[in-house]
Amino acid sequence: MKKIIFGIAFILFFSFMVITAINMRPFGEPTFSEMDDYFIKNAQVETGANNVVTSIVFDYRGFDTLGEATVLFTAVVGIVALFRRVSR
Amino acid sequence: MKQMSKIVRTITNLVYGFIIIFGFYVIVHGHLTPGGGFQGGAIVASAFALLLVSYGSLITKKFLKKDFLSIMESSGLTMFIVLAFLGLGITFFYNFLANIGGWFGNTPVIGPNPGDINTGGVIPLMNIAVGLEVLSALGVIVLLMASGAEFTKKKENS
Repeated sequence: MKKIIFGIAFILFFSFMVITAINMRPFGEPTFSEMDDYFIKNAQVETGANNVVTSIVFDYRGFDTLGEATVLFTAVVGIVALFRRVSR
Repeated sequence: MKQMSKIVRTITNLVYGFIIIFGFYVIVHGHLTPGGGFQGGAIVASAFALLLVSYGSLITKKFLKKDFLSIMESSGLTMFIVLAFLGLGITFFYNFLANIGGWFGNTPVIGPNPGDINTGGVIPLMNIAVGLEVLSALGVIVLLMASGAEFTKKKENS
């Protein structure tokens, strides 16, 4: 029974991999770059910052930075709770 | 933790101010040069770690208060979220200060140029908020770990 389930799962997984490999773009061609071209062309006009990387991190993908800052805050809260007897 | 030798302490006195100034430079110029809030905050926190290693935690704790750093961390994160909410007239995280003139709203020259510090809209403010949060968060972590090591050593010796 276990072997049959394992075999079916393996065949499904492998067929998905084969389908993906067939649908992939030809080897050596560049990836799709509409998004990059948009950022390079418009980021300086829209956000007014010279550093396009910072304008992506803090403006276009601000949610990502909010998550990172919250993760850091949670880590510090955990460490303060862990060392609460030591710190006084 | 005992303090290190006189050579190390002298070099620390020479160097740690420059490290802190460099960190704040990286934070404030985040919209013009490589770097930003996270990287500059990590640089300033490395200056705190240098102080802690060379002087020991007992002396460092006198002028690097844990409670003050912790309040600064919370206020940095709150400032970031408030800045994100202020653009809510259009969308969350909208850059409402860009290109309107004033302190942060100069229109930049398009193309490669050395840059103007008064551009970027809300991005420099967010860099400062995130920088404050990261530097005080890493400082709190380093301080608490050092005093924890002190505590453990005292318990083992007694």
